Amino acid sequence: MKFTFTRRSSRLAAVLAAASLLAVTGCSSSDDPGTGSTQTAGSSEAPASEAPVEETSIDLVGFAVIQAAYDDLAAGFAQTDAGAGVTVKGSFGASGAQSRAVIAGQDADLVALSLTPDVDNIVKEGLIPEDWNTDPQKGIVSDSVVVIAVRKGNPKNIQGWDDIVKDGVGIVTADPGTSGSAKWNLLGAYTHGLGDNNDKAAAEAYLQQFIDHVVSWNDSGRTATDAFVKGTGDVLISYENEAIAARAADVELDYVVPDSTFLIENPAATTTDAAQQAKDFLTFVRSDEGQQILVAHGFRSPFGVEPTADVVGANDPSDPFPAPARIWTVEDLGGWSVVNDELFGKEDGLVTQLRG
Amino acid sequence: MLRTIAVLYVTGLVALPVASVVQHTFADGLAPVIEVITSEDFLAALRLTAIVAGIAVTINTVFGVGMSLLLVRYRFRGRRFISAVIDLPVSISPIVVGVALILVYGSYGWFGGALEDAGFRVIFAVPGMVLATVLVSLPLVLREIVPTLEEAGIEQEQAAQSLGAGPWQRFWRITLPTIKWALAYGVALSLARSMGEFGAVRVVSGSVAGVSQTLTLYVNDSYQEFGAQAQQQAFAAAFVLMAIAVVLIVVIAALRPKEDRS
Amino acid sequence: MSLVAQVDRATPTARGRGRRPGELTRGAGLGLGIGVLWLSLLVLLPIAAIVSTAFEDGIAGFWEAITDPEALAAIRFTVGAAALVTLVNAVIGTLIAWVLVRDQFPGKRILEVIIDIPFALPTIVAGLVLITLYGPGGPFGINLVGTQAGVVLALLFVTLPFVVRSVQPVLIDADREVEQAAASLGASGFVIFRRVILPTITPAVVSGAALSFARALGEFGSVILISANLIGKTQVSSSYILKMIESQEPVAAAAVATLLLGVAVVVLVMLDVIQRRTARRG
Repeated sequence: MKFTFTRRSSRLAAVLAAASLLAVTGCSSSDDPGTGSTQTAGSSEAPASEAPVEETSIDLVGFAVIQAAYDDLAAGFAQTDAGAGVTVKGSFGASGAQSRAVIAGQDADLVALSLTPDVDNIVKEGLIPEDWNTDPQKGIVSDSVVVIAVRKGNPKNIQGWDDIVKDGVGIVTADPGTSGSAKWNLLGAYTHGLGDNNDKAAAEAYLQQFIDHVVSWNDSGRTATDAFVKGTGDVLISYENEAIAARAADVELDYVVPDSTFLIENPAATTTDAAQQAKDFLTFVRSDEGQQILVAHGFRSPFGVEPTADVVGANDPSDPFPAPARIWTVEDLGGWSVVNDELFGKEDGLVTQLRG
Repeated sequence: MLRTIAVLYVTGLVALPVASVVQHTFADGLAPVIEVITSEDFLAALRLTAIVAGIAVTINTVFGVGMSLLLVRYRFRGRRFISAVIDLPVSISPIVVGVALILVYGSYGWFGGALEDAGFRVIFAVPGMVLATVLVSLPLVLREIVPTLEEAGIEQEQAAQSLGAGPWQRFWRITLPTIKWALAYGVALSLARSMGEFGAVRVVSGSVAGVSQTLTLYVNDSYQEFGAQAQQQAFAAAFVLMAIAVVLIVVIAALRPKEDRS
Repeated sequence: MSLVAQVDRATPTARGRGRRPGELTRGAGLGLGIGVLWLSLLVLLPIAAIVSTAFEDGIAGFWEAITDPEALAAIRFTVGAAALVTLVNAVIGTLIAWVLVRDQFPGKRILEVIIDIPFALPTIVAGLVLITLYGPGGPFGINLVGTQAGVVLALLFVTLPFVVRSVQPVLIDADREVEQAAASLGASGFVIFRRVILPTITPAVVSGAALSFARALGEFGSVILISANLIGKTQVSSSYILKMIESQEPVAAAAVATLLLGVAVVVLVMLDVIQRRTARRG
């Protein structure tokens, strides 16, 4: 007798296999909003308006170090009329990687990234309106400066850029391939080398020294901090706000604002098909109240909002944002298109060459 | 002597670190842990993990049972090739698995664009996470069932067939009881692997808190946040995952002797 | 039955007691078709995508990608660490299997359970577990974060069960009378181990070692926390691939991935050959 599968059983097998395929396809719709919420604190204590509050959510795609600040911003927003019942769902990671994730299809109503080109790349794909940066601040919602974080008590007596390229000093930074923080850091080092004479040869020489002293390139500003805190290297180059946030959370480190540093400008933009709530949230971020929250988290305000209370974690909480002797901007170097070509070009940018 | 070496090695490598995480988790007592595991983000991550792992294990179980029947009972061209292909995914890096899925199903992948035009998103959505999880645990059910099926042969089935039993009846009455322990064992293994997958899921998910963040991603993301509370979240979630793993191991260990008896 | 499921691979010839397996019927053929379609969508196509992306810029592009200094350092370190881990596992795994089979002591059952933990524990939790004890502020005052030793430790952790679980069943089945006979003929313990036991367990040791090599080569989750990702020092290939895909360098990512894939295929083929040879001998 020959063993056979009858047709009926095979049909069943086919149905089962088809069902399993359907199970995969079917659940694309299952990531509906409403499962879990993140950073609203206030949706329940939102002001009771006459109309019943509509529950909605905003997808925020942000760069690595802003989660704590944006959690508070979302909570603050939920207290306002426009923000009642709105939940902000955040995803945080390296700025470049997040930018590419949005291009690759990750849902986003609002992007808050480390640097303007990461937003521009999304604009090029038509996912963010061209006019996103036509406001007086050019789309920038928070500022900071590049600082040098050191071990508690500054055992190697690091005071500035020249001290971190001495023998026996290991530098921890993020990697410019993925991270925005890394680009700011390298710009800080580069412009220190440029100096008042705008000496490109000196800048290249210093950048080479700097790169030679890097012991750890990390995928984001936050993982760089983590590597440093876990004992890697002697100095961490990072955002001022990152150093302040770390210290505010009792992480053991000190930081130095070097005499010559670079102005970090973080943009935010709503996407083409963003909900009105996302636009309202961005307006809130730009408002005095929103800026005050960012300032409390160690960011400098592009709107000139000054802290009204001590900034916990800053070197001097009552005077948290000292003005460095020289502060460079992207504009000083000819804008992002020049900087990206000359320094960060993948094929023959200066950084690529020096890392060779 | 040998015993001492073995015990010391395993203790230093596994037992002590695990114990220290437990100690770390409960350093401030039970209350903070409860606070974490009742928080919305944690529950959302737990739910998502359960959904993804549940679908993945179901698919792999159906596939594993069907494919093992085919592999054991039939001879056809390419049979060994198929068998090898099934084994491949567990031997490659989960990151490679994730990258491979992106290259095919991502927006700029081979099919991703067309799928998206049809309104169907794979990468950065649950289907991509399910696919990644299915891949990393693909052969686990099948590899448990195949030897049992080979051992059992098909005499009983033939007898049943000659007595007039239909194929479905034969499957429920004869095949399934034969393989049930192997199946249970394979399912438990797959479940452990699926719930714990990190690398492949990390690549294909946007890790949005409350939406596409599984428990393992929750551990990672919390661990990277500053402050005692975030650390507490990481450790509490890690502890939950660890507890699930240990329960599964005990279940697996309990299944093992039964399976040998059959 | 081993926890390491892949060890129990299909033998090429059916050893069932029943009649010989049959030709494909129409129904089974349909089922097979669906299965193959699923496998194609799930495994073959993505792998094809990796390989074709790797060679998008021709062989030269592939070569350039894998000889990039950063890629090369990552590959070298990963292969070296995996080899070291495999060697350690072959020795200590066999030893542990021996103790579990031949020794009786209180707490043995607990040891059995503990050995399976690395297999069931999510890798990211494994990383967290190790960093708690062997990271900064750990109770022993050792900090292995950012060291190659730390990465090796993580790899040892996740690969612990492989050799143990593949050698254990062989040792249980081993015929002790031969050992006793050898002993009665005056053979020393070492000679008995080398001449009698070792030949029996070698295939199992090799297959367990091969699996732990493949696993170590691709490991990511347990390593990232402790490695600190130091380029040219502790960066593993998986981290490199992830970074490249996130930096929009798919060719570089795919090239290194293809290399890893190639090694995995070689290991699987080797395993198959060994197992078939043993099956024939047995």
